[in-house]
Amino acid sequence: MVDITQPAQLRRAFSIYDKKIRAIVYQAGLAVSLAVVVTAIAIQTVSNMRQRGIPLAFDFWNQTAGFQINQTLIPYDTLSSYGEAFWVGVANTLLVSALGIVLATVIGFLIGISRLSNNWIVAKVATSYVEVIRNIPLLLQLLFWYNAVLKPLPAPKASIAFPGGIYLNNRGIILPAVELHSGAAWVGIAIVAAVAFATAFSAYASSVQTRTGKQLPVLVVNLLLLAGLPFVAYVAAESPWSFTYPELRGFNFRGGQQIYPEFAALLIGLSVYTASFIAEIVRGGIQAVSKGQTEAAHALGLPKGKTLRLVVVPQALRIIIPPLTSQYLNLIKNSSLAVFIGYPDLVQVFAGSVLNQTGAAVQVMAITLAVYLVISLITSAAMNGFNRRFALVER
Amino acid sequence: MRKIMTGVLGAAFAAYASTVWAGTLDNVKAKGILTCGTNPATAGFSVPDNDGKWTGFVVDYCRAVAAGVLGDATKVKFIPLNAKDRFTALQSGEIDILAHNATWTSSRDTSLGIIFAGTYFYDGQGFMVRKSDNIKSAKDLDGASICVSQGTTTELNLADYFRSNGMTFSAVGFADEEAVIKAYEEGRCDVFSADTSSLNAARIRLANADDSVVLPEIISKEPLGPAVRQGDDQWLNIAKWTLNVMLAAEEFGVTSKNVDEMKDSDNPNIRRLLGVEGSFGKDVGLGETWSQDIIKQVGNYSEIFERSIGKESPLKIERGVNALWNAGGLQYAPPIR
Repeated sequence: MVDITQPAQLRRAFSIYDKKIRAIVYQAGLAVSLAVVVTAIAIQTVSNMRQRGIPLAFDFWNQTAGFQINQTLIPYDTLSSYGEAFWVGVANTLLVSALGIVLATVIGFLIGISRLSNNWIVAKVATSYVEVIRNIPLLLQLLFWYNAVLKPLPAPKASIAFPGGIYLNNRGIILPAVELHSGAAWVGIAIVAAVAFATAFSAYASSVQTRTGKQLPVLVVNLLLLAGLPFVAYVAAESPWSFTYPELRGFNFRGGQQIYPEFAALLIGLSVYTASFIAEIVRGGIQAVSKGQTEAAHALGLPKGKTLRLVVVPQALRIIIPPLTSQYLNLIKNSSLAVFIGYPDLVQVFAGSVLNQTGAAVQVMAITLAVYLVISLITSAAMNGFNRRFALVER
Repeated sequence: MRKIMTGVLGAAFAAYASTVWAGTLDNVKAKGILTCGTNPATAGFSVPDNDGKWTGFVVDYCRAVAAGVLGDATKVKFIPLNAKDRFTALQSGEIDILAHNATWTSSRDTSLGIIFAGTYFYDGQGFMVRKSDNIKSAKDLDGASICVSQGTTTELNLADYFRSNGMTFSAVGFADEEAVIKAYEEGRCDVFSADTSSLNAARIRLANADDSVVLPEIISKEPLGPAVRQGDDQWLNIAKWTLNVMLAAEEFGVTSKNVDEMKDSDNPNIRRLLGVEGSFGKDVGLGETWSQDIIKQVGNYSEIFERSIGKESPLKIERGVNALWNAGGLQYAPPIR
């Protein structure tokens, strides 16, 4: 018996007229051309660099940097290597981005909700905020905060003193430094334990409510747990920390913790600017939830607060989160404007001083690009995960 | 479709790859203009005036190169560069010559793909402080906030100096020199540290110049000079000998005013310098009158020094170590023969 369909199918499988095969051929062709382009550029770059005597290796990484950086989250001094300077830059970028995201989100949500307020003044103030801030270039705002707000503060000798050993001057904010003693670990453990207990209790209360409909006093119990446990630990450990107060000696304050004006200006500028965009996203998200939802909740007898918390916000979040992610990514990338106000972020330290002292432009720029890409991809992945939890689940 | 694409891509690559790296001299002659990278913010050395015309000591050096190479000192395009970008601009071929206040160091001369062609100004790093702080010596600067330009030797010398003297400081760095000066002026820093030439240039531009003072200590050697790309010896020679022509002209008393009369001089040194005798111009790869063009259109070393940064300028910098060797300084041109 000869199966006549088999060869026919085979012939068809290799035919150029088959859509699938054609697609694969195109894809492969594109992939190959792309690979050729990238390789050609790489080869050309390397040969050009060689021709012009530009250093190609990464051996600068472990050489002594020899310059100072004022704000360092990780140990660094003038004898540290270029590699360590790189990590100082990365840490500073991460610090300002993380705090910026938190602050921008808080301000953005407040302004966004205020825009929907029934109070005429509140709504108009919020509208003005959005319209003014989002229409002025970020760089100008950063220069404003740095040059017009923070630099004109008084000199160290004429510092504005706040109670508790806090000073404000044109070198930044100087706070008392905290010194931890051996008992401090217990307070830390107590805080962790309190959070764990509080989370467990919330889960228990929720399950009780699902089964019986009885509501347990979650808020009161959790507050007691969160405040009480660390306090007990603090008393038991007999003052586990102490403060070193800053004092003016010579030019500047010594012995305190300093928040530099460059950092403050960048953080304020980034947060205020990004918040204006977040406010619009939040307003749009809330307004996109159909009015019927609110009316239905009211009809069921839910009070205003609960309607917002249980009905409107969860639905609005679905709409808010994806554009919110873009704003977070913008904020992270915009933090590279630090270079204009002297904040030692990745671009300022690594793509600035290190690049110039070593001359390894291509390597340094490639690493810098890669770092921003990695930070942005991680943020994006986290936000996408968060988004999946809130996305509409089809049943 | 794909075939066309590949064809176009291939052609583009062939064209890209075949851009040969011709000699800088030929490039400059073909363009008819010299591209010179310089600092836009050091009064007296290089700064554009209100009409956008560049003036200064370092600017005149570039004009001298243009006069020698193209016979016309005005055929220069100045590219303003900050300290951070200057070497990359030279490496990448964006500029033909770097006439910045860049210090000649071993690492820059060897590992960056660039090479220095001499020293047009012997400088050293110093400190500028406010008079009201009552600082008499750099040894009193413990704990100070110091404004500094990024990517400079200044940044490194500071760290060295404070470390070796057991003092601490807090550096506030900016890429842009204008921003550094502004930060000092507005009180963000107690001290502005840079080469003393830059300090003096910055001081006269402060709103209250008399409130600031430059401390006497010089903490480093900063020979400032022009740089070109490695691997182009002819161009390096032109950069080097342009400076030497100006120095030799001062040594033998040839100025922009008397250069034509000097052609009839009996002094063989002058005759060789001006190309009346010997083959100086041809050896360098330029015309016989190249040195005359430099001196006539721009001047000798003393002329450009005095009018931009010396006696006739607001900066009033003394010749000091920048005097000729026979006047007790370091400036010395090898013999032209």
